[in-house]
Amino acid sequence: MKRLIMIGMLLGMFQVIAQTKGYQPGSVVPNFSLKDVNNKPVSLNDYKTAKGYIVVFTCNTCPIAQAYEDRIIALHEQYAAKGFPVIAINPNDPEVSKGDSFKAMQERAASKKYPFAYLFDPGQIITKQFGAERTPHIYLLSKTIDGNQVAYIGAIDNDTENTNPDKKKYLDEAIQALLIGDSPKITLTKAVGCSVKYKK
Amino acid sequence: MSSESWAQKVNLLTADELNQRLSQGKDTVYIVNLWATWCQPCVKELPHFEKLQKKFAAEPLKVLLISLDFRSKLESEVKPFVTRMKLTNEVFLMNEKDQQSFIEKIDDDWTGTIPATLIVNAAKKHRQLITNELTYNELLYIYHINKQ
Repeated sequence: MKRLIMIGMLLGMFQVIAQTKGYQPGSVVPNFSLKDVNNKPVSLNDYKTAKGYIVVFTCNTCPIAQAYEDRIIALHEQYAAKGFPVIAINPNDPEVSKGDSFKAMQERAASKKYPFAYLFDPGQIITKQFGAERTPHIYLLSKTIDGNQVAYIGAIDNDTENTNPDKKKYLDEAIQALLIGDSPKITLTKAVGCSVKYKK
Repeated sequence: MSSESWAQKVNLLTADELNQRLSQGKDTVYIVNLWATWCQPCVKELPHFEKLQKKFAAEPLKVLLISLDFRSKLESEVKPFVTRMKLTNEVFLMNEKDQQSFIEKIDDDWTGTIPATLIVNAAKKHRQLITNELTYNELLYIYHINKQ
C-alpha cells in the first residue's frame, strides 16, 4: 500500500507539471529574439509594419506539423503583406528529437522554401514562456497600445487531414476579425498534435 | 493465429459511440488509451496496457486502444502496426472529422495532447483523464483506485 501511495504522489506531481500554463488569450507577450535558420537574430520588434504575428510552434518531424506545413506557408503568403507574418519556432529539444536539430531545420526550410522565419529556441525558454504543448500550436498576436496581445490560441482549422471542404478555419477567421478591428469570436481551440519534446 | 487476424480487428469508432459503450459498462473499469503510431511516448507505453489487461483478465477490466491516426492511414499504417506490435486489446481508430468536437466529448479539460488515458467506472460515476505518459506501476495504481 505504501508503494501505491508513493506512486500516487508522483502521479499528482506529474499533473501539476502538465498543468503549468503559459500565455492565455489576452496575455501580453514581451519581445523576444531567437536566431533563424540563417543564424540571424529575429525579434518581434524587427517587424516594424506588422499589425500582429502568427506565431507557430512547429517542427520537422511531427506528421501533424507536416500535414499543416503547406497551410502554414499559405498563411504567410496570404497575410504577411496584410501585416500578419508567420514566425515559426521549433520547440523541440534536439537531443530528444534528433530530426529537429538546427541543421535539420536549415535543410527543411531550404527544401520547402519557407517564406517565413523559422527559429531555434535553445533551452526551450520561449516555448515554456508561451506554454506551447504540441506541434503545431498557434498563438496569434495583435499589436496594441498595451503591447503584443494574444488574440487566439490553438489550431489552424479543425481538419488536420485536409479532407473536409466544410472545415472550420479558426485562425483565418481570427485574423479576418483583427484586420477589421474586431476581436476574434473564438479565442481558444483544441487540437491533436505531437507533444513538445522537452529536454530530459 | 495468423497475423492477418490481428489486423482485421481495427474498427472505426466515433466519440459518441465510445461514450455510449462506457456508460453501459456497469462495474467494469474501462481504461481507454488514446494514442497514434506517430506518437513515440504512446508507442512506448502501449505494452503496459497489454500487460495490465492480461494480468487482470479475470476481473471486470476492459482496455480499449483508440488510435488518432488519420483515417487514410488505417490500412497502410495502423493495421500493420497492430500486427507488428501483436496487440491483443481491442483497437479502434477515431472516426471523427471535427477534432475540436471529439476532444471536448472525451474531456472538457483535454487540449488534445497524447498520450492521454481515460479511466471510467460507470457504476461509481468515476471518469478521469490523465494526460501523462504512464509507467506500468502508475497504470496499476490508477486501476486499483478506480475499481474500489
